[in-house]
Amino acid sequence: MPNQANTSDIQFRQASVEYNFGFLDEYAKKEVRRSVLKAIAIPGYQVPYSSREMPMGRGFGTGGLQLTLSLIGKQDTLKVIDQGSDDSVNAVNLRSFIEMTCPGIDTTTKVSEANLIQSRHRIPEQALREDQVLVLQVPYPDALVVVEPSEDKRKIMHGEADYSRLLVKLYEDIVKFDEITISHRYPTRINRHYVIDSSPIPRWDVPKMNDSRALILLGAGREKKIYAVPPYTLAEPLEFDDVPFRVESFDDETDKRRTCHRCGCDHSFLDEFVDAISGEKLYQCSDSDYCDEQLKARSVKQGLEG
Amino acid sequence: MGYVAIKGGGKAISGAEKLLEFVRTRQGQSAEPLDLDTIENQLYFLHSRIMSEGGLFHPKLASLAIKQSLGDTLEASFALRAYRSTKPRLVESPVLDTSSMRVIRRISASFKDIPGGQMLGASSDYALRLMRTELLDESPEAFKAVAAKWLDENRHDDIPDTFPKVLDALREEGLLPPVDEAAAEKKPFDITREPLVFPVPRSAALSTMARSETGSILAIAYSNMRGYGDIHPTVAELRVGYLPVMLPHPITGELIEVGEVLMTECEVVAMYEDEEDGGKPTFSLGYGACFGHNEVKAISMSILDRALQSGMKNGPTNPSEDPEFVLLHIDGIDSMGFCTHYKMPHYVTFQSDMDRLRTTQDKHDDKNPGADNA
Repeated sequence: MPNQANTSDIQFRQASVEYNFGFLDEYAKKEVRRSVLKAIAIPGYQVPYSSREMPMGRGFGTGGLQLTLSLIGKQDTLKVIDQGSDDSVNAVNLRSFIEMTCPGIDTTTKVSEANLIQSRHRIPEQALREDQVLVLQVPYPDALVVVEPSEDKRKIMHGEADYSRLLVKLYEDIVKFDEITISHRYPTRINRHYVIDSSPIPRWDVPKMNDSRALILLGAGREKKIYAVPPYTLAEPLEFDDVPFRVESFDDETDKRRTCHRCGCDHSFLDEFVDAISGEKLYQCSDSDYCDEQLKARSVKQGLEG
Repeated sequence: MGYVAIKGGGKAISGAEKLLEFVRTRQGQSAEPLDLDTIENQLYFLHSRIMSEGGLFHPKLASLAIKQSLGDTLEASFALRAYRSTKPRLVESPVLDTSSMRVIRRISASFKDIPGGQMLGASSDYALRLMRTELLDESPEAFKAVAAKWLDENRHDDIPDTFPKVLDALREEGLLPPVDEAAAEKKPFDITREPLVFPVPRSAALSTMARSETGSILAIAYSNMRGYGDIHPTVAELRVGYLPVMLPHPITGELIEVGEVLMTECEVVAMYEDEEDGGKPTFSLGYGACFGHNEVKAISMSILDRALQSGMKNGPTNPSEDPEFVLLHIDGIDSMGFCTHYKMPHYVTFQSDMDRLRTTQDKHDDKNPGADNA
């Protein structure tokens, strides 16, 4: 059974009876769903849609939210994460809004229990399944914006699969810094044509898009675009033959892989922070659900051994 | 040690909301809560601005939005817009003719003597911006007496309800191009139902500007006035008033008046351009209109309409003539939302940024050994 995420302390808010299930009116939901179908049919293509104003800030995940609200039904179990955590302020805020406007749905913090996952900045560490949909919130939908400010011109470049200026930017990075400097939002070619902005997921998560079992939908509310990486589709980060794509390194000075100070995990994306008491730099899993699972697995193992 | 850094979000949000609610009510025993009618009347221009930027003519909800947002114009417009976006589009009005506007103010800068005459109306244009210290401690009696005296001294039937349009006179003289009847027949672009995919029709540009943020549209229009482009505008007519809204009767289809909306409309005449087809040169036009009494916004809009038409025709030569630049940067809801979002946690992307910088620094050090110690 899905466990209810802890948002009950926001009783301060009350749903207004005036709003439809899922907040949006049915015409708006239908438009979003049609755009989703088009996005799946043309992998990586940014489908323009009208994008309603939501009652939270543009930039706080209104694109992802419109996708979730248009797709969710009473039978669904939802997980919302931000920065990998279910308890991050914005994740809590989005989840409580969805619960408020979609009475009857279940929410969970466990990846394995959710069939709809809305996320900002991360793809869960645990591999997703075919019956799951991942919704990513996107601030900048267009990978070409770093080389071309005009949307009109970018649209033509995408149509012609003309990514030469993007490749020149990567090349210039190597000349100037001996390293590609794009840290997140790494340009990724989908199904051998359209290059997408992979939303601000770290490079660590980009390989998870390739041949994903789950459908990945990306929604940019302010920029009014929806795009998709359908299941079992090629997703290739831009790279050169002699300069391969690389994810973030979590090796220490002695080239030893750092581990999570909490669960001991040595293969997850880590957040670094400074311990307030000891002043020591600590590392911890960014994905809180994964960290809990690893911790549980470790204590079970220790229990068996002890 | 527990999971750190981003725990307890729910409690924090709830606490922050309660604290803000305390700030709204902290005057406590010594004050009455703001009355919605008071907001609509005594904060008349603020109220106008919110209806205009929110893109919804709903005087009561606009007052509520101002009240609940503690007077923050961006937040108030936002709340009104978000409410609006949940409403389906049920019926469309025909194109409304502003010559039927019940005018409360109309001026022209092009002619001294316009048909119907100038009507200054309620305006602070020529007021001295001195601090009116007599209002520091205004008594309710004094307050009521002002309005009573004005009503006593003025007979409102002295003034006609409607006025002819100044542009019609210019058009009759052949100084303006004839009305493009074909354009009037075209279905206007609905920005609430369709995304802007450039190039966009003029109706899309006009409706985007009609609900733009006042400061944003003024700033871009001002860049044009100062010399990043210059359409050389003359205000042919600026009018403020109540426009009757006509809708088809659900059964008979006959047009009936369902109410009226307060609007500001501005028409500027700009310098003439070469006619490509060799026709007679005429002045060109810029149009601005928005809900409420917002003159600066309507004038800015009419200037940008002219600049954008020129940019659409000949290619933009400066930011104010570039439809993408103007139309994608003047919406207050979009821009304030994105500005605000930078306050949210960006731990993951910043971790990723640090990875790139450290790797680049290491490579730099490898190439320049001892450089930092020199």
